[in-house]
Amino acid sequence: MNNLENRKITVIALFVVISLIFIARLFFIQVIDDSYTSSADNQALRYVTQYPARGIIYDRHGKILVQNQAAFDLMIVPRQVEGLDTAAFCELLNITEEEFEIRVEKARNYSSYRASIFQKQLTGADYARVAENLYRFNGFYGQKRTLRIYPDSVAAHVLGYIGEVNSRDIERDTVYKSGDFIGISGLEKQYENVLRGERGREVLMVDVHNTVQGKYQDGALDVAAVSGVNLVSTLDLELQKYGEQLMRFKKGSIVAIEPSSGEVLCLVSSPNYDPNLLVGVKRAANYQLLAQNDSLDPLFNRALMAKYPPGSIFKIIQALIGLQDGVITENTGLACNKALVGCHNHPAATTLREAIQMSCNPYFHQVFKRLINKGYSSNYFEDSALGLDEWHEKVSKFGLGQRLAIDLPSLKSGSIPNVELYDRIYGKRRWAISTIYSVSIGQGEVEVVPLQMANLAATVANRGFYIDPHLVKEIDAEHDSIIHYQANNTGIESKYFEPIVDAMQAVVDKPGGTARKARIDSIVVCGKTGTAENPHGEDHSVFVAFAPRENPQIAIAVYVENAGFGGTWAAPIASLMIEKYISGTIGDTLKEQRILDANLLFEPIEN
Amino acid sequence: MVAIYLALVLFGWISIYAATYDDLHPSIFDLAKNHGKQALWIGLALVIGLIMLFFDTRFFETFAYPIYGFALLLLVGVLVFGTEVKGAQSWFVMGPISFQPSEIAKFGTALALAKYLSIHGARFDQLSIKLKSLLIIFLPGAFILLQPDVGSLLVFISFLIVLYRQGLSGWIFGLGFIAIVLFVMALFLKQYQWTIFDTLIEGKVAFIAGLSALAAAIYYYLRRRKGSLFIIAASYIASLGYFLSVDYLFDKVLKTHHQNRINELLGIVSDPLGAGYNVHQSKIAIGSGGFSGKGFLQGTQTKFHFVPEQSTDFIFCTVGEEWGFIGTLILISLFLTLMSRIIWLAEKQRSVFTRVYGYCVASILFIHFTINIAMTIGLAPVIGIPLPFFSYGGSSLWSFTLLLFTFIKLDSERKYVLR
Repeated sequence: MNNLENRKITVIALFVVISLIFIARLFFIQVIDDSYTSSADNQALRYVTQYPARGIIYDRHGKILVQNQAAFDLMIVPRQVEGLDTAAFCELLNITEEEFEIRVEKARNYSSYRASIFQKQLTGADYARVAENLYRFNGFYGQKRTLRIYPDSVAAHVLGYIGEVNSRDIERDTVYKSGDFIGISGLEKQYENVLRGERGREVLMVDVHNTVQGKYQDGALDVAAVSGVNLVSTLDLELQKYGEQLMRFKKGSIVAIEPSSGEVLCLVSSPNYDPNLLVGVKRAANYQLLAQNDSLDPLFNRALMAKYPPGSIFKIIQALIGLQDGVITENTGLACNKALVGCHNHPAATTLREAIQMSCNPYFHQVFKRLINKGYSSNYFEDSALGLDEWHEKVSKFGLGQRLAIDLPSLKSGSIPNVELYDRIYGKRRWAISTIYSVSIGQGEVEVVPLQMANLAATVANRGFYIDPHLVKEIDAEHDSIIHYQANNTGIESKYFEPIVDAMQAVVDKPGGTARKARIDSIVVCGKTGTAENPHGEDHSVFVAFAPRENPQIAIAVYVENAGFGGTWAAPIASLMIEKYISGTIGDTLKEQRILDANLLFEPIEN
Repeated sequence: MVAIYLALVLFGWISIYAATYDDLHPSIFDLAKNHGKQALWIGLALVIGLIMLFFDTRFFETFAYPIYGFALLLLVGVLVFGTEVKGAQSWFVMGPISFQPSEIAKFGTALALAKYLSIHGARFDQLSIKLKSLLIIFLPGAFILLQPDVGSLLVFISFLIVLYRQGLSGWIFGLGFIAIVLFVMALFLKQYQWTIFDTLIEGKVAFIAGLSALAAAIYYYLRRRKGSLFIIAASYIASLGYFLSVDYLFDKVLKTHHQNRINELLGIVSDPLGAGYNVHQSKIAIGSGGFSGKGFLQGTQTKFHFVPEQSTDFIFCTVGEEWGFIGTLILISLFLTLMSRIIWLAEKQRSVFTRVYGYCVASILFIHFTINIAMTIGLAPVIGIPLPFFSYGGSSLWSFTLLLFTFIKLDSERKYVLR
């Protein structure tokens, strides 16, 4: 019996052993192995992204160019959908029942418990209609997003557009997560880091049915979304809008710059598109439509990317370099020798002023010859090469043949021919003025984009320097430092500009000037027409100008494609823009009406 | 002992509160929720406990057999009139009140066994006494198997511990242990096969070869002893037969969900969303508690119903998640102390009845404690039996209270006799 009594020890030992096994096991899964903790977090906590509102972009007077509107993704949790009145639901969303089935199936394939998007980006108004009825439809809820909205539908090319990030964006920058928006073009792309803001996070507790049960730790781990920073653009909304109106039914562009600051006042590329088309879900489809429009190519930003020969406007640069180099003076007279290069009929230019005013081609042929044949070498070809080298350097100082430092992506540099180029075309030392003379009058291998021409107008307005054109003037104290632009000197003394400016005023003011249509009674406009030869069809009509003559407030370049002579279309458009900007009202409404009515396209624009 | 009881019951109550807590029903006394009801059950349990203390000790001895008989009647009755809950016909439902007769059967069997052994225990070495004791235990066990309720059946197997104390050979546990090992090995080896000397050898064949080699080795070692050949041969054949029949038993006798649970436990299949869901979630909940837990009412896994049955069979998860390792350590210590204390006190009894009864109580507690916690931490297959005093449910709480306080009453008699 005594023996059996000791069995209590065995029994208690059994209890102890089992308890120790439990304690060891618990110690392992609770204290040592932490994989269970993360499993628990993944299961019970739902990290909900709080999308930040993107920065607003204002014009120079504080008017809104682009802002945000609320949109709602209609989310579905398939498992929670029950007793749904499918017919009523489909009617509300304006979808067919087949479509409904497809979407539910898709969501279910993703997950029955987790929310997925049933319908993307319902507008506020649409969502309001749905939200009123959501209580009848278990398993659906709205998740807020913000979409861009452009109140005046202007400046599409400048502002650019945004879209959801793709896998490459995510790879490149870990800031992005699937579903985020990113600037794809224009200022949206250029200032993406400023505009995007910071995503927030809300940690919610969910139960086994994925139903939200409240904030985890009362929101202690939540991070509020930080809205993007607003930008103040240099654009003048009214001027931009007016420019877009004037360019309706025309191909071309208008670029206007405030000479003293380099601020871009307007940047019109026509045909353009309503930026509201490239917002939200309809973006892809609309983009397709716009991209397929080959003949008009509305997505193409002509102001920055269309390369044209500058035509006669290039004579301004030839004259300035000639003066600075001392190969001519303002009183140099040269014969209109049509044997050198074709010209229209006009009296011989006895001064530089007259040569510019009358746009004499042989005059500038001879100026150019003097510039590239300075007698640096006894070999004629060698001399031409040395001369062109020097000339190229001086032309480059006008911001030509290179990308201007504007704060927009996708800018073309244009080109100014150099020795290398001609050596490649004709062979080393096998070219001279007789080969390359068309450059003297801005044809041939010279190519510029409209922005560079507006910048040239600003340079003349400033009598010798330009400030890098830019589109954003203010951000906030923290980010202002990322705006940078500098003054660039052309190396031409300001005194050499006076004869040029005189001539440009005469172009507009004097009877017989090529741009009489640019005259404004109250404002002294200085300008220069150009007619850019176009191998594909009618010449392009070009006009650059600045006004007023003293203390210029605006410098402008207008390109109208296939519209012929510069004075006919480009000049009056420029003058209307100048008047609009300086006076705010248009005196000559007949001139305005003529432009507004003109359809210079070969085919009518749809819509 | 009463203090440990109260500690466990209260700890259980707040754990149920935490498990079923939601912001809509913040009151711990809300009768619409499990924790509110549990408060009611606890109150009633205390009344039952007190009533037990007022009974005369001899009442239990006298009425041991009638209570046992009554319990058997209920077990038969439940097979006819009972309500099926989760696949087992084990509940009587009468309006709002429902109870499991197997709970009463535990009490009845404990009393009957105590009574029987207090009279015949001295002659326990006789085979007939042993068999009759086993009959007392397994008669209700058999009825429960018919329900079927594997969990409750295991409780009756725990009475073997009592018989062990009375002199039942320890070999029976050894045999049970060997049976389990063979069972597990048979299931495991099924999935393995090796290639040795270009011959495909299946796990089963390898095992038989190993077993034969072992038997031969033992025989060689003991060859001089008389009769050893017979014993070795017999156990060899028995093991082999059992081993080979495991497949059949497993596939044909056990139900699919039992098969799944066992396969899951042994890691033969892994299906955290299906059969393994409970245990997987339970381990996550307990494991995420860490050393010191997430804090009272802060458990995310248990509060949001990731763990099924969390206020009843998986209540241990709540403790693990919200109180961490500290909490589970305390809980296990409380149980260990309670069970050991009962054994200790039982041995001090002069009355065999009380001693046997005490062993019964400790054994019942022990099997519940072992199976329940082992299943929540993935050491045993999922068998639905509650954690004593802890799990939600009046039926089980009352029956444990009944068992425990009866022992306390019987124990008080010891001091009386001494005086």
